[in-house]
Amino acid sequence: MNERENILGRIREALSVPAPVPGAHDHPSAHPASEAEAAKHIGEWLPSVGPSLEDRIELFRSNSADLKTDFRLVNSREEALAQVKEIAASEGWKKVASHADPMLEGIDAALGLPVLKTDGGYNVCDMEQCDAGISACDALVAQTGSVLVTSRSAGGRALSVLPPHHVVIARRDQLVPDLPAAFALLKQKYAGNYPSLISFITGPSRTGDIERILVLGAHGPKKVTVVCY
Amino acid sequence: MSTTQTAADFKKNATTLTADLRHRSLIKGALKKYEVARDARKSRFQDWQAARQSAAEIKWDAVNHLDTHLVELAKNLEARGTQVHWAGNAEQAREIILGVVRKHNARSIVKSKVMTGEEIHLNDALEKAGFDVVESDLGEYIVQLRHEPPYHFVFPAMHLTRGEISKLFTEKLGTAPTDSPEELTMIARRVLRDKYVNADIGISGANFAIAETGMISITENEGNARLTCALPKVHIVLMGIEKVLPKLEDLALFLPMLATAGAGQTLTGYNTMYGGPRQPGEADGPLEMHVVLLDNKRTTLMADPEQRDALHCMRCGACLNVCPIYKNIGGHTYGCTYQGPIGAVITPHLCGMADWKHLSFASSLCGACTQNCPVKIDLHHHLLQGRRNAMARNPVWWEKLAFQALAFLFNHAPLFSLGMKLGRIGQIFHPLIKGTPVDPAIAWTKSRELPKVAPQTFREWWQNRK
Amino acid sequence: MKITLFIPCFIDACFPKAGASAVDILERLGHSIDYPQELTCCGQPAFNSGYWDQSRAVAVNVLNRLKDAEVVVIVSGSCGAMIKNFYPQLFAGTPLADTARALSAKIFEFSDFLVTQLGVTDLGSHFPHKITFHDGCHGLRELGIKAQPRALLAKVRGLELVEMQEAESCCGFGGTFSAKFPMISTAMGENKYGSALETGAEYIVSNDSSCLMHIQGLLDRQKKPLRTIHLAELLNHR
Repeated sequence: MNERENILGRIREALSVPAPVPGAHDHPSAHPASEAEAAKHIGEWLPSVGPSLEDRIELFRSNSADLKTDFRLVNSREEALAQVKEIAASEGWKKVASHADPMLEGIDAALGLPVLKTDGGYNVCDMEQCDAGISACDALVAQTGSVLVTSRSAGGRALSVLPPHHVVIARRDQLVPDLPAAFALLKQKYAGNYPSLISFITGPSRTGDIERILVLGAHGPKKVTVVCY
Repeated sequence: MSTTQTAADFKKNATTLTADLRHRSLIKGALKKYEVARDARKSRFQDWQAARQSAAEIKWDAVNHLDTHLVELAKNLEARGTQVHWAGNAEQAREIILGVVRKHNARSIVKSKVMTGEEIHLNDALEKAGFDVVESDLGEYIVQLRHEPPYHFVFPAMHLTRGEISKLFTEKLGTAPTDSPEELTMIARRVLRDKYVNADIGISGANFAIAETGMISITENEGNARLTCALPKVHIVLMGIEKVLPKLEDLALFLPMLATAGAGQTLTGYNTMYGGPRQPGEADGPLEMHVVLLDNKRTTLMADPEQRDALHCMRCGACLNVCPIYKNIGGHTYGCTYQGPIGAVITPHLCGMADWKHLSFASSLCGACTQNCPVKIDLHHHLLQGRRNAMARNPVWWEKLAFQALAFLFNHAPLFSLGMKLGRIGQIFHPLIKGTPVDPAIAWTKSRELPKVAPQTFREWWQNRK
Repeated sequence: MKITLFIPCFIDACFPKAGASAVDILERLGHSIDYPQELTCCGQPAFNSGYWDQSRAVAVNVLNRLKDAEVVVIVSGSCGAMIKNFYPQLFAGTPLADTARALSAKIFEFSDFLVTQLGVTDLGSHFPHKITFHDGCHGLRELGIKAQPRALLAKVRGLELVEMQEAESCCGFGGTFSAKFPMISTAMGENKYGSALETGAEYIVSNDSSCLMHIQGLLDRQKKPLRTIHLAELLNHR
């Protein structure tokens, strides 16, 4: 408690002399532009997103291509499950991790593989055996090609990052245009009781730490697949 | 300028690095790639400059009302079960973290990238106290194995070739040599996997802290921070107090700007907000979360209103990436935690002007840093102010005298004119001593030819016109 | 127009042709030149070294002599920036604060003056060579000079301008920096002329003789096949 008051005291003392506002180096401080003003305009400054759903799908698709996210657009839930089954076969999955969610109903049956469910707790060593983690999501963000997950919508913290392949099942109406819209969605959905983890996943895990050469699958998944119906 | 040991070391290392053409080429190549990517991302913004101004204004609000925001942050963090600690200085921060680690009898600690951890020499303290701590970020892991500090706060191993890294892994891990970056990465992935799964404690930093919702925001590409904050039972966050942002949606602006300016990406791979330890009903996550709020002379910098905006820094590294000094001397030459232009600005405040003022002078003031900074910190002008502050406190007597004499000379044109004529004579004899220890211009003539006083100066030409 | 031409110390001593060329060009355009002989230096060396009192001691004379000028032109981006951008800071809170701000509004770097104030780009110049342009940092980032020199160069008959990769990178001069940290200064200069050499240009051109002085010093020592020339001098070739 004591150190808290010391620090706050030093801050208040320092702030008793105003600092120049940005872009006004030789003028004393004035009131900065209000946050509401900034919030209104952020959408106008960030990279643009077209108005229609088709625009957003196209943008998400093109971002996914850049990021090496495998984006599969299908027309029904059945087709979506069929896609996951196909990936399982081609990659030779033996065991997967997932969680209980209306979006993922029928996955177990479709795959016919052992499925580790994270709800209610699990053993990390069991998850380490899984070839893939299959989750739902809160949103897809067209502007950045991101998948928005939380610990509540995606089976906890590790499911979307520990297994080497992360598969997301999403619906078209979960596609939001941009980051401001994504944060608005989070506030609307969870305000007052946020999940302890919120994460924007933008492509597979990557590193450029060795000679700035891109390598996928540094620690997180090497592959991210988004199946969207 | 009086020379302290730090300044002398700086000059010595700068001399070595600037002559290393291999290093020059490696860093230039790496940062050229960055510039191309950054320009591509920037051009996608509808109005990059307006975005910068807005980001600067939000940070101004954040720092200039920091007491209010910090109180709100702490309140909201504590409401969801996080323990908030206030550390006035590095020692207190180390003690707090050691306290948590001892309480849990931690056998193994895993860390994601924490620059404030470097600042307080946390790893050293943990290791001396007998705890095993491993860096999980690939670049940090590599420099940790080499027992050296990070070379760049976003790309810690930028100075190493794949060959050097392969040799390092063979030596320390016993792995077979390889020149494939992919294989080297997979080696680290395998080694660190084990650490994540078994670590008792995960320590992370914070890129931002949201006051409104009580969240810590962490940006990364590898997923190592995601794992560090998911699997161990205890999560400790160490962050500078200046990292606070007022509102959750501020991240909609800051995350893409951090990615663009820092690495030329649309968005970094994982941008994660942590609101507390595992909540009821959640499948996993740490049972305990601690946030250590660190001052460590940030309030000293805050008390300098002229340079206070240096606290707006989000450690994106954009200024390093374009700094011609950084490109030629590399990250280690600075000899302090924070390198490049931002390091040169804040280090005298954080670590004392006496030992670090030379950093303000080791710049041509080109301004590329200020131009590239996504939050419009007036970096190169702060270096100028730093020089003024340093000389006001401790002028170098002969320099001051020289400038006084020069002022007299410059204020008396006939004297200046005479000086030029004498220079014309002097330069006939200068070749005799050029480059020798008695050459007063040796600092120049060591590597360059001196300019000649013209056969006819401008004022002589002007006189002759009449 | 009566144009007051401020000739900085190093132009006077070592690069008089840059100043003389500016005189020729402006007179040819029909203006008369006022050359204040009593002025020698803008005060930047002391300012950049942290000795603002000693800088003010020189700057105050500059201010007093130039305050009644109709317009002031200077053939140096760095000295121009000193007077235009830094004098207001140097004299803030002193009785000369307003005078400094007023001077700031009416002082221009040479290429900027021609293009934005006189609206002139074609000077009838002829310089049949391949050149590349170095953007001096003060001119570029303090004064926003990028397009102006290029607009002028575009009208020079016979000239071929090839942009170098590192046109906007600092040459490494930085005033006293070049003597305090000569190893870094030299490395930066090598990077600059290396980039220029890649273009195959015969000349590196700039609006700042201080940059050119440093680059030429390196070129001469290392015997590289490249020459430097100030923009004003180039433009005065007919």
